[in-house]
Amino acid sequence: MSDLVIEGLCATVGGTDILKGVDLHIRSGEVHALMGPNGSGKSTLSHALLGRPGYEVTGGSVTLDGEDILALTTAERASAGLFLAMQRPTEVPGVLLRDVLAASSALDGDDHDDAVLVELERIGLDPAFLDRPINADLSGGEKKRNETVQLAMLRPKFAILDEIDSGLDVDGLRLVSQRIEEATNNDDMGVLAITHFTRLLAELKADKVHIFSAGKVVETAGPELADELEAEGYARWVTETEAPVKESNTGLYDDPFAI
Amino acid sequence: MFSLGRSPTITCSPFTVFSHEVRPLSTFGPQAAQELGGADWLVSRRVTSAEHFATTEAPSDEQEVWRYTPIEELTLDDFAPTSDTSGNALAVFDSITPRAGLVEVRNGWVTRHECDEAVAAQGVFVGRVVDHPDAEELLGSVVGQSPDTDYFTSLNDAFVGDAVVIDVPAGVVVENPIVVGSRAKGDNIAAFNRLIVRVGENAEVSVVEHTSSGAGNMLVVPVTELDVGAAARLNYLSIQSLGSDAWQIGNLAARIGADGTATIGAAGLGGSYARLRLDCQMAGQRSSSKIMALYYGEADQTLDYRTFQDHVAANTTSELLFKGALADEARSIYSGLILVRPDARGTNAEQTNKIIKLSDKAWAESVPNLEIENNDVRCSHASTVSPIDEEQMFYLESRGVPTKTAERLIIAGFFNDVVSRLPINAADDLIGDAVTAKQDRHQNRAVESADEA
Repeated sequence: MSDLVIEGLCATVGGTDILKGVDLHIRSGEVHALMGPNGSGKSTLSHALLGRPGYEVTGGSVTLDGEDILALTTAERASAGLFLAMQRPTEVPGVLLRDVLAASSALDGDDHDDAVLVELERIGLDPAFLDRPINADLSGGEKKRNETVQLAMLRPKFAILDEIDSGLDVDGLRLVSQRIEEATNNDDMGVLAITHFTRLLAELKADKVHIFSAGKVVETAGPELADELEAEGYARWVTETEAPVKESNTGLYDDPFAI
Repeated sequence: MFSLGRSPTITCSPFTVFSHEVRPLSTFGPQAAQELGGADWLVSRRVTSAEHFATTEAPSDEQEVWRYTPIEELTLDDFAPTSDTSGNALAVFDSITPRAGLVEVRNGWVTRHECDEAVAAQGVFVGRVVDHPDAEELLGSVVGQSPDTDYFTSLNDAFVGDAVVIDVPAGVVVENPIVVGSRAKGDNIAAFNRLIVRVGENAEVSVVEHTSSGAGNMLVVPVTELDVGAAARLNYLSIQSLGSDAWQIGNLAARIGADGTATIGAAGLGGSYARLRLDCQMAGQRSSSKIMALYYGEADQTLDYRTFQDHVAANTTSELLFKGALADEARSIYSGLILVRPDARGTNAEQTNKIIKLSDKAWAESVPNLEIENNDVRCSHASTVSPIDEEQMFYLESRGVPTKTAERLIIAGFFNDVVSRLPINAADDLIGDAVTAKQDRHQNRAVESADEA
């Protein structure tokens, strides 16, 4: 059993305060959905947890089984058991999926071909993806499936999913959410799923739903909260006028579920 | 100024007479050219070139073609031609197999040449220019001849050792590459390599030219002439792997006949100051070229490329893609010109130079130029100089790839589209390993300088 504990986390991006005291406690096998209006800082949280350059933590703590995650490099955080499925996965020209997995310190050994081929098939991607430059010339949905393959291979203790559902078609969404749900059941992986839509949670069963607004968690409840949000929107929780924060990873491709 | 005072074709007389001239005898004067010996016509050609050279003004960094370069640090008389051809077998021959032939060159002199029997039986010539029946016609057939050549090509004209010739008769297709391994060795020596590749009508050949050196101070002045006949196909790959104290001032010139194609690849790895002038002339209608280079500068290396895509005939194509990485305090200069001459309607030309700077102290200058004298053309050029992409780094690191490995992967990936398109892939590992070794040295230096700070 592992614990990911976020306490009072504050962070700035480009000198602007974005995270203003985030508290979250996720245990192995749990799925926490994090929902909130655009610009509330959800993606900033995901990047700050992995130590993205330019995201400066100004207060609070993050521990994984008691270890200070914030003191580690990004790669060390990944080795310690954190994974970030990015909202907009970065293209890395000429670097193959095979190269990335072979070079990951979160995986033992350097030949994972057989296991990757199994995961590619399960997620509905062609075996040729093993030898394709990562995320280059892929559709939004293919990128998200590719992220899920890496998640399945790296078997993190905790996965942060930043809008894993955006860009996926209905079949892709089902395969991706099923695969992640399975990892929570079989490998006891904990999940922090940033999403705008309850459709992700049809297969990936949330234990808790948090509402994120103006840089912190403002409400926590069971899965029924997601349905309530879908029906009524965020008006109840957004009391002050939020200055929209420019999230760095938005709007590059169409979200098929956008309202 | 030197003056022969008689026909330069008479070459048997000793040149002691010239020691009476007012001008002090330069290392690279006519007498030194004379002393290289060999066939009469060649000695005469060298001497004439040396005479011309002696009257030529040395280049200055105030000239556009030498701008940004350390050329004024060069003192020619610090170097001297050498006849030393000693040394162990060249490893490059083991790396590139199977081969159709090889030529081993030491300090500009051929020490060994071989050609596959079946290939030779088809009339393919692999050897020294003096042993070729068209010798005098071949030497200078693409770059011209002193005094019509540039400063250092004139110097090569005057001091060329054994020019290497690869001559493929019309209609002959040579499957496997022919490898020319040139090594320079010694301190304060100068080496003047010359390679001439002639591809007859509708013939095809692949040539790898690998240039390496020992650790000494030296000046290497290679000239490569690629003569691609009508409907002929040439694949040519140059791997420049000189020692870190060597200077290279090279000239690579290609001329392509009607419907001919040349794919020219260059890997720039070594040298202190390594310059390559690369001219490619689309001389015949519908001729086409693909020119690509990857280069990696480390420590205080300066890598200098001057490219010229010369569209003479109609409906010709040239695509140029250069990619460079600069680490430590390395410098690079790229200056490229696409020229579309008045008759070259329907020209399609591209020129791209992209550089990743791995260090704040690295320096790059990239100057693309277009000169278009016909309206019916499609030309484009692009040039970028940027640091390594932070988002790419973060993506890989978030998968658990350590920082150094992530940087190495990104650089290898950056070069990949050049490497995968190289005209000959038999040397991919050789090039890839050299890039990795340079990257490792760069990262060790970065750690050391961080420790010092």
